[in-house]
Amino acid sequence: MSAPHSHSHPAHTHEEPASFAFDAESEAQIARILARYPEGKQASGVIPLLYVAQKQMGRLTGSAWTPRIAMDTIAERLGMAPIRVYEVATFYFMFNTKPIGRFHLQVCGTTPCWLRGSDEVLRACKEHGHLKGYGDTSEDGLFTMTEVECLGGCVNAPILQVDDDYYEDMDYETTVTLLEALKRGERPTPGSMKGRQGSAPIGGPETVLDIPMVDAGKE
Amino acid sequence: MAKVTVDGIEIEVPNGATVLQACEAAGKEIPRFCYHERLSVAGNCRMCLVEVEKAPKPVASCAYPVADGMKVFTDSAMVRNARRNVMEFLLINHPLDCPICDQGGECDLQDQATAYGGQGGRYREQKRAVKDKYMGPLVKTIMTRCIQCTRCIRFATEVAGVPELGATGRGEDMQIGTYVEKALSTELSGNLIDICPVGALTSRPYAFVSRPWELRKTDSIDVLDAVGANIRIDTRGPEVLRILPRTNEDVNEEWMADRGRFSFDGLKRKRLDRPWIRVEGKLRPASWEEAFAAIADRFQGLKPERVGAVAGDLVDAESAFALRELMAGLGSSNLDCRQDGAALDTSRRDFYLFNSGIAGIDEADALLIIGSNPRQEAPVLNARIRKRWASGALKVGYVGPKGLNLTYKAQHLGEGPAALAALQAGEGFAEVLKGASKPMIILGRAAIARADGAAVLAAAWALADAVGALTPDWHGFNLLHLFGGQVGALDAGFLPGPGGKDLSAMLSGGMDALWLLGADGFDPALIPAETFVVYQGHHGDRAASRADVILPGAAYPEKEGTYVNTEGRAQRGRLALHPPGEAREDWRIIRAAGAALGVPLAFDTLDALRARLVAANPVFGMVDGRVAGGCLDTTGPVAGPTPLSHTDFTLPVTDYWQADAISRASETMAECSRIYNDATPKLAAE
Repeated sequence: MSAPHSHSHPAHTHEEPASFAFDAESEAQIARILARYPEGKQASGVIPLLYVAQKQMGRLTGSAWTPRIAMDTIAERLGMAPIRVYEVATFYFMFNTKPIGRFHLQVCGTTPCWLRGSDEVLRACKEHGHLKGYGDTSEDGLFTMTEVECLGGCVNAPILQVDDDYYEDMDYETTVTLLEALKRGERPTPGSMKGRQGSAPIGGPETVLDIPMVDAGKE
Repeated sequence: MAKVTVDGIEIEVPNGATVLQACEAAGKEIPRFCYHERLSVAGNCRMCLVEVEKAPKPVASCAYPVADGMKVFTDSAMVRNARRNVMEFLLINHPLDCPICDQGGECDLQDQATAYGGQGGRYREQKRAVKDKYMGPLVKTIMTRCIQCTRCIRFATEVAGVPELGATGRGEDMQIGTYVEKALSTELSGNLIDICPVGALTSRPYAFVSRPWELRKTDSIDVLDAVGANIRIDTRGPEVLRILPRTNEDVNEEWMADRGRFSFDGLKRKRLDRPWIRVEGKLRPASWEEAFAAIADRFQGLKPERVGAVAGDLVDAESAFALRELMAGLGSSNLDCRQDGAALDTSRRDFYLFNSGIAGIDEADALLIIGSNPRQEAPVLNARIRKRWASGALKVGYVGPKGLNLTYKAQHLGEGPAALAALQAGEGFAEVLKGASKPMIILGRAAIARADGAAVLAAAWALADAVGALTPDWHGFNLLHLFGGQVGALDAGFLPGPGGKDLSAMLSGGMDALWLLGADGFDPALIPAETFVVYQGHHGDRAASRADVILPGAAYPEKEGTYVNTEGRAQRGRLALHPPGEAREDWRIIRAAGAALGVPLAFDTLDALRARLVAANPVFGMVDGRVAGGCLDTTGPVAGPTPLSHTDFTLPVTDYWQADAISRASETMAECSRIYNDATPKLAAE
């Protein structure tokens, strides 16, 4: 059961950048992050700093990934051995140790999403994102698709996470619409595609309807 | 103390001890893979599960502290079942390649599967396979065999002090490696092979060479550095197949440095296996009779004061002493064993020993290193400093080249003798030394092998005295030698006698004949052209090509010999195999030469020679022991006429992998030198 999105093998088939430096925006974030930890315990900030580095890569290059040189930079900043940063970065699959596409399509395939039709979401991503399968990056560099485990949004299953945003109540058509919008450079509002508020029932409340206060606005 | 009952046996163990330690104290064997007494506790292999009364589940004994009144069962049905099942899990992904695995026959997993495992596995799926990793020229990896005990990661991080190994990925994808492909930058990498409980990390030079039961095992002493690590030489027929460390808590614990462990293939190359004589400018093979005749012919009628002898760095005390006797018989007192010209004051033994003792490092609380890089000069000793430093109890400062990576934090205090003067004046780090209850000063031998060497030695001693390192209970002055034969030759008195010349005087002319006993440590081109040179040694290294007569001797695994390590501990190396061809044990050669020169020596057997050696210096009688204790006389060594200079200290080991005649002949070491000297930055290589 080898995970298809396996980042853990250091097969450096991709190009690693020769240098990495945090920009001003990242530095400001780092200053805030490191202030949370007592002096001498800065290594605790390794996960937030990996995020900062990955976000910066996304911002500057259009591919949100964490190159090795960025991990080395973090190691030096936090006074850790580089291997300790590699261990963390490869443990969490949220850190991309290889370049990814402009949009990171994270399809939840865990049981509730699967029962609610995540296979259709997957099919839509493949067909309209021009992706061969999980772990693939489209040739135009727009999409990388990853299978993720439970995103914790089961009530609104199936879920498609694009970068940091949850798109919920997906089906084939809404996925296609979403991908086409992304291709046009738009960023549709995240949340339910069926228009429900949070995880409330579609079309309004369905239970405890006899409470007057709730009833009042329903007529 | 806590009272614990293990399988009905009541014992007392200290509070904070683990259940595993309690079980061992009760004499119960607990199987384990990840637990190692010299490493931190990981608790991830689950093999050491035991049953504790009132605990609902089996507990991992290596990570479970004892409590008073605890009842432990190590052989209950629950424990046996737990072990069987843990073993079944461990074997799920372990390949069944024992027949081709180099660990076979000495494998913890193999042994424990036999002892504690079940009848078979129930796993019918695909096994995982892992790509092998590159960890350098000495450690071979077959990562599919790895059971992820993480001992190697902890060893590299904690003992070797090179946090370069780690576990990347997770779950089934977890892999042990360096992530970025590189050779581990440590001089202790061979120990990874020893601590790996399975066949994942094995010895590259020993790959597919032998099985443990085919080997003849001989206990001996490593002489390639001055620590004197206790070793076991494994031979088969006329070949050394591998060298492993033995445990000696006072010397090397259970570690060993790579040069001593892996340079033995040099024993088969560039050997002097027959006598040679120079005839009309060219060396030609000769018989022993011819060689002795040529020497006797040439020594005939020479004035004793125009004859001298130099001993090398790897000589055993017996042969150094025998050669001294021979020279005394000839009437010469031109003797020297200090090829580097170190300004050692030999009037007192504690002027040239590592007086705190290697185990004394475990008590020290402040350390000043002068002109030495112990990481390259004595890697195992350096690991001990690191261990003490890592415990938080030791502060370290050093005087020497900037930017040394000692594997622990050390404050750089200067590059030359001026820093010593500043410390003497009480500045900076001197406060730390003064404030310590057991301060230590380690003076590198190279720091006194220079024109102002005597002054440096005196200054270091004076500093030790000033910071309170010389007390009746604690001797904090330490000289770190470089090779295993150096202290033994000093103790055997291989030094200029009254009116005798030292090496530099001998080289500056006036010598008709020089006898070099394994002396490859100085440039033979310095020997005046007219001097007749006898080279007695085991390798055709630097000096042999200059010789007029070559007498083939034995390397350290090929003879019985006494070696004194840097802390003054006399230890016995034992004959593991015979010297090649016509080469002979060195003391026998000297004795035979004495007979040929008409100077019969007063010993016919090794025992008789040793008896005379002990009579000359009783320290040779204390085998495996050493004179320990404080400093009763704080009078320092003589400073000599040359004052402290402003020249920076330099380090003696420029290439760790090629520092002696044996390792210079070793292909394994040549490869290491190539790889490590390329990969490391210039400064680290020096």
